[in-house]
Parts: sequence; structure tokens; C-alpha cells
Amino acid sequence: MINSSQKLNPKLFDKDVEQEPIRAGFGHGLLEAARSDERVVGLCADLTESTKMDVFKKEFPKRFIEIGVAEQNLAAVASGMAAMGKVPFLSSYAVFSPGRNWEQIRTTICYNDRNVKIVGSHAGVSVGPDGGSHQALEDIAIMRALPRMRVLVPCDSIEAKKATEAAAKNDGPIYLRLAREKTPVVTTAETPFEFGKANLLWDSEKPSVAIIACGPMVYNSLVAAKSLAEEGIEVLVLNLHTIKPMDKEAVIEVAKRAGRVVTVEEHQVMGGMGSAVAEVLASNFPVPIEFIGVQDKFGQSGTPTELVEFYGMGVKSIVEVVKKITQRK
Amino acid sequence: MHNTIKELETKANEIRKSVIEMLVEAGSGHSAGPLGMADVFTAFYFEILRHDPKNPSWPERDRLVMSNGHINPVLYATMAHAGYFPIEELKTLRKFGSRLQGHPHREFLPALENSSGPLGLGLSQSVGMALALRMDKGISPRLGSGQTTDQYIYAFLSDGEQECGITWEGAMLAGKEKLHNLIAVIDRNNIQIDGFTEDIMPLEPLADKWRAFNWRVIEIDGHNMEEIVGAFNRAKSIFEKPTIIIAHTIPGKGVSFMEKKFEWHGKPPNKEEAVLALNELRMIGDKIMNGK
Repeated sequence: MINSSQKLNPKLFDKDVEQEPIRAGFGHGLLEAARSDERVVGLCADLTESTKMDVFKKEFPKRFIEIGVAEQNLAAVASGMAAMGKVPFLSSYAVFSPGRNWEQIRTTICYNDRNVKIVGSHAGVSVGPDGGSHQALEDIAIMRALPRMRVLVPCDSIEAKKATEAAAKNDGPIYLRLAREKTPVVTTAETPFEFGKANLLWDSEKPSVAIIACGPMVYNSLVAAKSLAEEGIEVLVLNLHTIKPMDKEAVIEVAKRAGRVVTVEEHQVMGGMGSAVAEVLASNFPVPIEFIGVQDKFGQSGTPTELVEFYGMGVKSIVEVVKKITQRK
Repeated sequence: MHNTIKELETKANEIRKSVIEMLVEAGSGHSAGPLGMADVFTAFYFEILRHDPKNPSWPERDRLVMSNGHINPVLYATMAHAGYFPIEELKTLRKFGSRLQGHPHREFLPALENSSGPLGLGLSQSVGMALALRMDKGISPRLGSGQTTDQYIYAFLSDGEQECGITWEGAMLAGKEKLHNLIAVIDRNNIQIDGFTEDIMPLEPLADKWRAFNWRVIEIDGHNMEEIVGAFNRAKSIFEKPTIIIAHTIPGKGVSFMEKKFEWHGKPPNKEEAVLALNELRMIGDKIMNGK
């Protein structure tokens, strides 16, 4: 059942649950962060409106830098601004940043230890009709491999706002992964959010599987959990919004309680959140794991729902995989 | 000027000796670039740069962003001669636990403004610094936006990294933003690892390229102290755009068997070669003392 201490959206399972793009939460969060900290500046590579940095730009035009279509420059210029004491947020589509500018992020931000926040929007296949070229499916892997980089993947717009404000307050390089599409609002303003601390959203007395999810897949996982409960299968759902540093205690705890783990992410299975979970569990508490995500493929055009289902991340797929893993010991 | 030309030339010659001594001790590293840039570094650190070696984090200091980190023997040698750390420490170059990493790493040596090595990254960082400085302190009153500042951001670039796309992304932004508090220097020595730049990837007309990106270009003889100091001072009198100083240098300058040879781009002298090189530099030192 829903973990009441998490104060989730009471309309979560309603058909008319409100939906908002996760990136919109970033826009609100950046504005709040900029209002309370004058060091916050924004840089964008010709995608100001679609990454929702436009809200910030409107209120703080002098603290906004338009870089143009030059993502390598975007990262290195932000590094230079951080060197002078600014707290730069840079935004683009995740395919381009951190996709195109990985080495600039490595050398000028992480190696230099600069306080820069990288915001990659339009991550996952749910980007939809734009097609595979614009659907970032590798960004978690390439960001979490960098020393000093922390990785945040909020599950809805409200959590994205909190994550953005947390990123502004936490010194050092941070990657914030956002999705384009409207996503059901899972949390509320009262839902606890702590950087580096996972949230148990769905609890059961005798769970046989722990579902660990991030980003928009948290909603699908909760819907799957409800449907499984109706069939008498008890699970846990952990929202792992901070992939690095990982909340190891929480991950080990759910693995111990359930004995089996299914990870769900809108990302390549190789190197993503599931891999990170497996690294922790293999060393600390090995249990059977199934990985839901994109299986070494590129995306394509379609509606977000069509694509999420086609690549095996829909509610039906989650239910099937959970049932499958209950047969494993 | 604080120093006479003769004093600067003597200092540069001492720095070249240090470069040879540290490279032979390290057993690896770059020779040609550091020797070629010794005059520019000397003039820059002893006449131009606003800094305090005893208080490297002084907030009002100028910033030097080294983009071509591979010529760091000359950076380290100049910093040591300027008083940042003991000259003796130069012999730890590239050794385990040394503050003087093979390529500059500010985690080990915090007096550095940036870590570097991978080419093409310095200009953009300096553009970011210049933008931040302008946000905080304004720019020239001639552009009508508030306070002035005497602080400058300097970027040292190699000619090889003019082949990197990001160099021009940074150049374009600095031109757009009219960053007059940004002064860049290109070490135009015409060599890179695989050969001569004009064979590998022709850069000319280099000055025209920078002008087309809305920069003011000053070309100088990178071994003429008066020209070097004069170029920086002229750059500071330009208020409507960033300036780039193209310093024409001779790679390996001062050591006859290294001069103009790209083979010396990325290797150190062995012991015998170091002895020969130091002898040549001593003779140059004597000539400077005796007025040539």
C-alpha cells in the first residue's frame, strides 16, 4: 500500500491525475534558487524555452547567458563562471549536454572541481515523435562514471523543483536528468525530499519483490504495484531519485526485506541506475535482480506511451517481470 | 616598467635553464614549447600579471587560464622564480606525489587557476571568467554599463589547439559579448606533435580568422621583451572587443639543436643533451650581461 508518511498525491491512481512535464519543475526550482542566491546564473544552448530556463531568463536577464548551439562551450564557460564564484546551471537536451560535451564536463567541471549544475532535459524514449536521435538513453551511465559528479533523476515536476533547489545548495558538480513529456504528479510539496536519500513510496508487510525506480518510471512502478497487490503479490517501491551518491542503506534494506529486486529506468540497462544498484547489492547483499530499461537499442518516433511500452518499460511489462522474478530464488 | 629589458632577458634565460633541469630530471615532458614561451611568460609574470605569489587566492588578482597545459614546465619554472614555491621543487616534476603534475592539476597545486592538458578548453573557461567578472564589476564606462575594473582574464593558447572546434565556439561568444577584459595569447610556434601546423592542418590566415570573430589582433615577435610588454598594454587600451596577441615564437628557443624542430615538441633532453643545452644557455646569459 501507499506509504502514508510520504504524503503522496491522493489522486495518484485516479484517471484524471494531474500531469506536468518534469522539466517544468526545474524551471520553477531554478527561479526559487536564483531568488534566494544571487550567485545562481543560467546558461543555455539555444533551447531556453524547451528546457524551461525561460522563466529564469525573464526575471533575471542579466544573469542569463545565451551560448548558442555550442554545448562544449556551454560546459567550459560555466566552469569559468563557477571559478569566479557563480553557481551556474546549464541546460540543454541530454543528448547534447552531457552527451556531446562529456569531455568538457570531465576536464573543466569535474577534474577542476567546479560548482556547476548540468541539466539534461528530454531524456528517455518518452521524448516521443522527435525520434531516436533526440532520446538520451546513456546519460546516467556517462555522468555517474565521473568522479565528483552527483546524479539526480526526479520522478515528477514537484520533485524536480526540490531537486533543483537542492542542487543549488549542494556545492560541486551535479547532473539533473529531466523528461520532456507530461508526467503524472506522484508527490506533493509535503513529500520529504533529501538529497542522497531514497524514498519508500509503496510498502507491504510481506514483500516478495522490491521495485527500485527513478524518473517517470516511478509512476509506472506504483501503478504496477497496485495491480500486483490486487493479485495478491506484495512488493515495495523505492524512489531512487539520487543515483549518486546512492542511498546504500535504503537499497540494501529493501533487498533484505524482499529478497528480490527489479530496477526500472528509462535508460539503457547497461551502466544505468540498475547497474548502480547491482554494484551495491553484489558487494553487500546479493539477491536476484531483473533490469527493466532499454536493452542496447536506440529509440524511434512514436507517442511516449507507445514507446515506453514497446521498449518494455510499461506497467504491463513491470508486472510481468515482477511475476517472473518471484520464480527465482 | 618595473624591470629593465636586460633584467627580463636574464630572468627568461634563467627560466629556460630551469626548464632544461626539470625536464632531464623528469625523464619525460615537452621541451620545445616551454623554451619558446619563456620570454612571454617572463614578461607576463614580472610586468603584466596582477598577482601575489604569497597570497595566491587574493580575490582581486588577475586570472591566467592555461589552455595548453603541456607546456607547463615553463609555467612551473616561472611561478617558482616569481616566488610561488621553492625553485628546488621544480625537480619533482611528474613524480609521484608531486605538486607539479605532468599536466597542471589545481587539486595538487591550488595556486593554479585551472587544471588543463586536454587541448581546446582554456579559452571557453576564460570567457566564463570574464563574463562573471563583468556581471560583478561591470565593464568599461565607455560601454555605459557601470563600474570599471582593473582586473583582467588572460588565456594562453597553443597554435595546435586552433584546430579544436571549441576554440572557435569560445571565440564567437567572447566577440558577441565584447569582452574587453579578456586578453588571449597564442603561442604561434608552427609545430605540433605530428609535424608543422601548416602540413597537419593549415591555420593561416590565422589573424584574419580572429578578426572575423570580432577580436582585436596584435601580432608580435614573442622573443622581443619590449614588444611583449607593449602588446599587453595596448590590449588593455582596447575597450570594444577582446584582444588576441599572436606571439610568433621559435620552438626550442635558446637551444640550437632543439630550435624549430617538431621532433622536440614532446620529449625531454637526455643527460648529455641537457649539458649541451645548459652550456648554450650560459653563453646566452653572458651575452645578455655584456650587452650582446
